[in-house]
Amino acid sequence: METKDKLSAEKAEKLLYQLLLMRKFEEKSAELYTKEKIRGFLHLYIGEEAVATGVIQALKPEDNVLGTYREHAHALARDVDAGAIMAEMYGKQEGCSRGRGGSMHIFDKEKNFFGGSAIVGGHLPLATGMALASKKLKKDNITVCFFGEGAAAEGIFHEALNLASLWKVPVLFVCENNLYAMGTALRFSHAVQEIEKKGQAYGIESKAVDGMDLLKVMAAANKAVEQVRNSGEPYLLVCNTYRFRAHSMFDAELYRKKSEVEKWKKRDPIPKFRKYLLKENLISETQLQEMEERLETEIQKAVDFAEAGTWEAKEELTRFVYSENPES
Amino acid sequence: MSETIKITYREALKAGIREALFNDERVFLMGEDVGRYGGAFAVSKGLLEEFGEDRIMDVPLSEAGFVGAGIGASLAGLKPIVEVMTVNFAMLPMDQIANNAATLLHMSGGQLNVPVVIRMSAGIGKQLAAQHSHSWEPLFAHIPGLIVVSVGTHEDARGMLSTALNSPDPVIIFEYTSMLNMEAEIPADSGPTDISRAKIRREGKDISIITYGIGVYKALEAAKRLSEQGIDAEVIDLRVLRPLDEDCFIKSVSKTHRALLVEEAWSTINVSSEVSARIMEKAFYELDAPVKRLGGIEVPIPYPLHLENASVPQVEDIENAVIKILRP
Ligand SMILES: Cc1ncc(C[n+]2csc(CCOP(=O)(O)OP(=O)(O)O)c2C)c(N)n1
Repeated sequence: METKDKLSAEKAEKLLYQLLLMRKFEEKSAELYTKEKIRGFLHLYIGEEAVATGVIQALKPEDNVLGTYREHAHALARDVDAGAIMAEMYGKQEGCSRGRGGSMHIFDKEKNFFGGSAIVGGHLPLATGMALASKKLKKDNITVCFFGEGAAAEGIFHEALNLASLWKVPVLFVCENNLYAMGTALRFSHAVQEIEKKGQAYGIESKAVDGMDLLKVMAAANKAVEQVRNSGEPYLLVCNTYRFRAHSMFDAELYRKKSEVEKWKKRDPIPKFRKYLLKENLISETQLQEMEERLETEIQKAVDFAEAGTWEAKEELTRFVYSENPES
Repeated sequence: MSETIKITYREALKAGIREALFNDERVFLMGEDVGRYGGAFAVSKGLLEEFGEDRIMDVPLSEAGFVGAGIGASLAGLKPIVEVMTVNFAMLPMDQIANNAATLLHMSGGQLNVPVVIRMSAGIGKQLAAQHSHSWEPLFAHIPGLIVVSVGTHEDARGMLSTALNSPDPVIIFEYTSMLNMEAEIPADSGPTDISRAKIRREGKDISIITYGIGVYKALEAAKRLSEQGIDAEVIDLRVLRPLDEDCFIKSVSKTHRALLVEEAWSTINVSSEVSARIMEKAFYELDAPVKRLGGIEVPIPYPLHLENASVPQVEDIENAVIKILRP
């Protein structure tokens, strides 16, 4: 496999760090949620990290990324500052969206990270449109859009894919098939359960990949990104994965068995990747030790930054309803 | 007075749904996660086990599709209760509601009835940010052909559904997420409540506070506090936002000669706008002071608690507004 052969020690280390940062950042978030530092809805990505990591590593900084309300990991993979994300989840004005959005609405224009969307499927046509703009403006960046398999049942999914194919625009649709849309299992959502077939129906090249294996996701994503970039046409990559945690913090998980979750946890992408790196001598035990310390520091720094953040003044409530500099 | 029971708003809603399912074989509940998940807000928890999959139907994320299907099923002899998880997702099926449910009777020259009931939870108060905090009652109340009701009390939570199911015309029911855990006493034999009349929730002689939904208990609390300051406020729960029960509030204003209109929906072009216009048309010469509207601040709702609270009228705001009208 191409990626396996090429994986440098440096890149390997970076990827493992990223996976662990996502995991620990979200474990910390869950803890802060129970302490009521973070409020509203909080959707954790724990278990699915190989998908965002594997896809986003294939991108260039100028590529656009759109995600759902389960998007902390994607933002981290896009190098959005962990402190700015944490402050956003606290609702502090130092947050990446000034605290206005919270966990579900992480935005960072500088990083070409366009949210953070909480109406299921709502961002898919935006991705098609951003790709249309790239085409019309003759830019060579591409747009990547993450969404769940539940979203693929929405009419807007079908419209966005058809338009992207009709217009031949450079967009990569990444379906994170974690088998459940809240409590509704894939088999209760879709008459045809291979989501990749839906892309094919619109004339879009579509592939499915094991989303629990970082190397496999990377290989598939590298190929998909290259193809979108070269052809200027859409692509659908379905990553079959699983969320280890509840849908959000309000979910009693009545719809699945504990044993099923335990079974999937055995396929946790992080220990698997770590084992691989050790086996291939791409990382040493000392490096791992040192990485643990760095992670702890980065997360503590993020929490400290959020804690030290300030509340936006009430007088500013009605800002950002209309542009403040209409001429710009 | 007859015996009372203590009940949460959630339990009251559930009792209403259970009773409807018991009383009529043609009634079924359909919505996202109403079954296996137990209802997004646990309102329908346990009903799947009790009534089976035919009567409690989990549906995919396809709001336009399943609401449209509910309208179709009602045309063909069934009595669907369609749950749109929250009003925030109701723009997807809005076309079905506005162009099918609301028009078929008229377009067919009176041949086709659409006895569908569409329930959705609404309102702000959970720090869910802009896309999940909508008060869109006025959008629906704008549409002739719909009956639009707002569940502002526990009694109505228990009783409105069964009356709605007897309506030959489509009924939209707004329930309020932030009230689900709230407890109140209702008569033990509390049954169906009407869906055609507003209700005076507290009699008073100095001013009419006209409101609905979350505003009802807030206005009652404000009235209680005002009574300690020697102000006797009447509180009207509109209950039905279309068609409006004009008689009720015109009579009340003719008695008190002052009106404060309270709602959480954005302040302009909302339900209060219509109530205010009717007061001008029908009771202008009864007024001792200008009608005052107290609505939501016109901003997408921000995530942080202090800004969220500042976005909609609070009890103190109602209290202060009344005092300003009466003691300028
Ligand atoms: C249009 C719309 N309908 C319903 C919801 C409520 N909701 C939020 S997430 C979700 C499940 C989505 O599942 P999926 O697309 O598979 O993504 P996942 O959460 O599994 O990552 C639902 C029903 C919503 N946010 N938007």
